[in-house]
Amino acid sequence: MSRAAEDTNRRMLRARDAMDRAYAQPLDVPALARIAHVSQAHFTRTFRATFGETPHRYLQRRRVERAMFLLRETDRAVTDICFAVGFGSPGTFSRTFRDIVGRSPRTYRREATPANVPTCFTMAWMRPAG
Amino acid sequence: MFNAITHSQIYVLDQDEALDFYVGKLGLEVNADVDLGFMRWLTVNVPGHPDRQILLEKPGPPALSEETAQQVRELVTKGATGGSLIFSTDDCRKTYETLLGRGVEFTEEPTERPYGIDCGLRDPFGNNIRFTQPV
Repeated sequence: MSRAAEDTNRRMLRARDAMDRAYAQPLDVPALARIAHVSQAHFTRTFRATFGETPHRYLQRRRVERAMFLLRETDRAVTDICFAVGFGSPGTFSRTFRDIVGRSPRTYRREATPANVPTCFTMAWMRPAG
Repeated sequence: MFNAITHSQIYVLDQDEALDFYVGKLGLEVNADVDLGFMRWLTVNVPGHPDRQILLEKPGPPALSEETAQQVRELVTKGATGGSLIFSTDDCRKTYETLLGRGVEFTEEPTERPYGIDCGLRDPFGNNIRFTQPV
């Protein structure tokens, strides 16, 4: 039973790593379930049980976090950043960003300060929660 | 007061598998591999730098109860124990290619950062490892 749980955790972590790595690609549940070597039916439920949120939500927040990073650390155009992190349209990007961060991408850019610590920590800690 | 960090510890789920990975793939060397009876004291270091060792500790009794060890194992496999190592390298991209060729599972490709080029991987258990080519 417990060895099975470890194996499942590791598979879910592998899928989560894929989202951290390939957030800009179109990642859907079938693709992620294949990475995790589980059936689609079990994937979303198991991922949520393991990490406390659905894969879709995890990916959305990862994309927003990466957008926050690019807004903070580069002077690339907001529309560029939208596509660079995997959103399909500027409208969806702005709406999702505002829902999660509570500010528009432009306001965030104006107010943010660079965080000069190793990326693994900014990726883990600056992904917006809640 | 203190003058160095000599040992750091991470949890691994199987010490032989850990050796295959940390020595066989990452190219570290064994510093100590001693059967103390109550535990296998297994440390590795970067070749030529025995002054800083990583203890590859297996969670289990008597240090931890079976139940607690199981909880630790589950956290390790979720990537949640905080086991984390950051190495430095002379050539991040070349090291990445070498390790990729050895079948290492990466979490991030080499990426330019203000502090250097770095990338990320996981050990076979779920611990987070990175290496950076400093600017």
